[in-house]
Amino acid sequence: MLNYIGHRLLQLIPLLIAISIIIFVIIQLPPGNYLTTYIQQLELSGTAVNQSEVLNLQHQYGLDQPVYVQYFIWMKNILFHWDFGNSFQWQEPVTKVIGDRIGLTMLIAIFSLIFTWVIAIPIGIYSAVRQYSIFDYIFTFIGYIGLAVPNFLIALVIVFYVFDHTGLAISGLFAPEYVGQPWSWGKIVSMLERIWVPVVIVGTAGTAGLIRTTRAMLLDELGKQYVITARAKGVAEKKLLFKYPIRLAINPLVSTIGWTLPALISGSAIVEIVLNLPTTGPVLLNALMNQDMYLAGSFLLILSVLTVIGTLISDILLAWIDPRIRFGGMEE
Amino acid sequence: MSTGIETNNQPPVTPKSVKKQKEGYEVASQWKLTWWNFKKNKMALVAAVLFIVLIIMAIFCSFWSPHLPNERFKTYKDAPPANVHFSDENGISRPFVYDLQLKVNKETFRRTYVEDKSKKYYLHFFVKGGSYKLLGIIPTKTHFIGLEDSTKPFFIMGTDDLGRDLFTRILYGSRISLSFAFVGIFFTFIFGIILGGISGYFGGVADTIIQRLIDLLLSLPTIPLWMALAAALPSSWSTSQTYFGMVLILSVIGWTGLARVVRGQMLALREEDFTMAARLAGASNSRIIFKHLLPSMTSYMIVNLTITIPTMILGETSLSFLGLGLQAPAISWGVLLEDAQHLESIAFHPWLLWPVAFVIVTVLIFNFLGDGLRDAADPYKS
Repeated sequence: MLNYIGHRLLQLIPLLIAISIIIFVIIQLPPGNYLTTYIQQLELSGTAVNQSEVLNLQHQYGLDQPVYVQYFIWMKNILFHWDFGNSFQWQEPVTKVIGDRIGLTMLIAIFSLIFTWVIAIPIGIYSAVRQYSIFDYIFTFIGYIGLAVPNFLIALVIVFYVFDHTGLAISGLFAPEYVGQPWSWGKIVSMLERIWVPVVIVGTAGTAGLIRTTRAMLLDELGKQYVITARAKGVAEKKLLFKYPIRLAINPLVSTIGWTLPALISGSAIVEIVLNLPTTGPVLLNALMNQDMYLAGSFLLILSVLTVIGTLISDILLAWIDPRIRFGGMEE
Repeated sequence: MSTGIETNNQPPVTPKSVKKQKEGYEVASQWKLTWWNFKKNKMALVAAVLFIVLIIMAIFCSFWSPHLPNERFKTYKDAPPANVHFSDENGISRPFVYDLQLKVNKETFRRTYVEDKSKKYYLHFFVKGGSYKLLGIIPTKTHFIGLEDSTKPFFIMGTDDLGRDLFTRILYGSRISLSFAFVGIFFTFIFGIILGGISGYFGGVADTIIQRLIDLLLSLPTIPLWMALAAALPSSWSTSQTYFGMVLILSVIGWTGLARVVRGQMLALREEDFTMAARLAGASNSRIIFKHLLPSMTSYMIVNLTITIPTMILGETSLSFLGLGLQAPAISWGVLLEDAQHLESIAFHPWLLWPVAFVIVTVLIFNFLGDGLRDAADPYKS
């Protein structure tokens, strides 16, 4: 087992290096950089910018170095000083801008994951046990809709619906009096009052998918001979169900944690923008549009690393549960 | 197109009189079996019909729409959807609409429209309206439905803040949104087949490299990655350049699914006897791949592509919605939804959400179609 984990960790190193390079290339892609945009703005507002000042600024931001040198400086600072560079727009270290936001994004993602499981697994089991019942059809139908409709469109419709019926604008994550305030008990309560909206919206697609998976898995198991044998021997229906088939049917769900969590983080980005939450989505969009490269790059990097970690955790869990993967994985 | 499987036990042509599945089952061709399986899934059948409707709607959008997409009705800005009446004071009449009159609330300055019951306009089919070119070649003025006087208010789904008919714009938008999906699928197809094919057929180092590449792409969060790449498209680009730029972005990230399918099939099929026979007969690698292997996995590829189409549509919609994708003079569902981004606008003009319905129905159609095709694709699977 330790061998397997070590093996997987070693594999991660080239992957992470490749990811960081790709992200750095992507944020370098747009023509010009933040400085050119900034100088343009200054010129538009009538401020004359002389050449030495430009050079000065370029030097200050390290933009006069070749691209690969910029990359190495960025990487070195992240790895050794936990310094992701400065955000041009906010005039603050990137870590300060994104700290709370990454946390809140993760919180929403984890809550959504829990929401998904709590809702989807019981419904999936019910749908499989009572196959072709009315509720099975209803859940299947809702599941289809949930899978098909993109989260941010659901968010739009819900925001409109709530506003239309109650006159409340459900945007943001805190009541107005807590915005920009340090964390306090009241702020947490205020957040919990509002966080369910994005959690439910982000969780819908996952819930729909999970209901279908659970249902299909359990149906497969229920048709197997050992279930028939157990039933023939007179095992009580409830005991029969929970003792073996459900455990087996839930097993593969572990393998989906790996991509469920990243999918939730990725999918929530646009929802967060629609709901205007103080999380990663809106700032990422803003940073991309203003070529605030270190801010955008750091977001992408952290989200990707989280994705990789998610996959790793699910692989390890799977290997722990299923010896075949443990040994098969080594040979590959 | 003869695959090895079929030549092994050449199926005799099924007589048309054989209607019952049981009787013709052993001798039916693969496509026939697929069709029989597909027919069993009623939702997929409905989706197939709607799919055809959708395509006809998009191709002839200029004919179906009552107005022109960039025609501005200055007196009817933000007008609500038309209220079509089927009866007047004399009982049932042919469908008509009333004229709209602008009312400004003195206190809130909100603009609302009320019906002016003194002016009545009847609906007609095949009316003369703004001139356009059908399919881009045939100049005509005929619109499927509308009022005799095309300057009068008949807005099936209301107008936007510039007074342009939303229904018309949605129909025109379907052309870009759908074609985007198909062009995207085309590129995804090319990337997927080439890379998946190389990976599966040749194996070895190429396989390892491509597999690692897939791992890499899968470990990047899709939507933020889309956003970053779309933001990198220069804003000086023309609409069609941005369009293809976005197509490339979505397909460069999206080919992994198809590549995996192709690779898996390649690995299985290259061990089959017919591949060996072709190789012994001296066929070149490309001949084996294109003549023997790819046709054998057509059904799998079609299924995978059908399932990928919604991703393309949603990619375009969400990026344009955020303002990172196609920009204003272009009309797509995502561009139209950009107007609905703010609560203030949808709170007072909820009809701006209509494109949402079109996106959802389209995505559902492809999902059901994909489901039906997937179940039908493997007819030998019992």
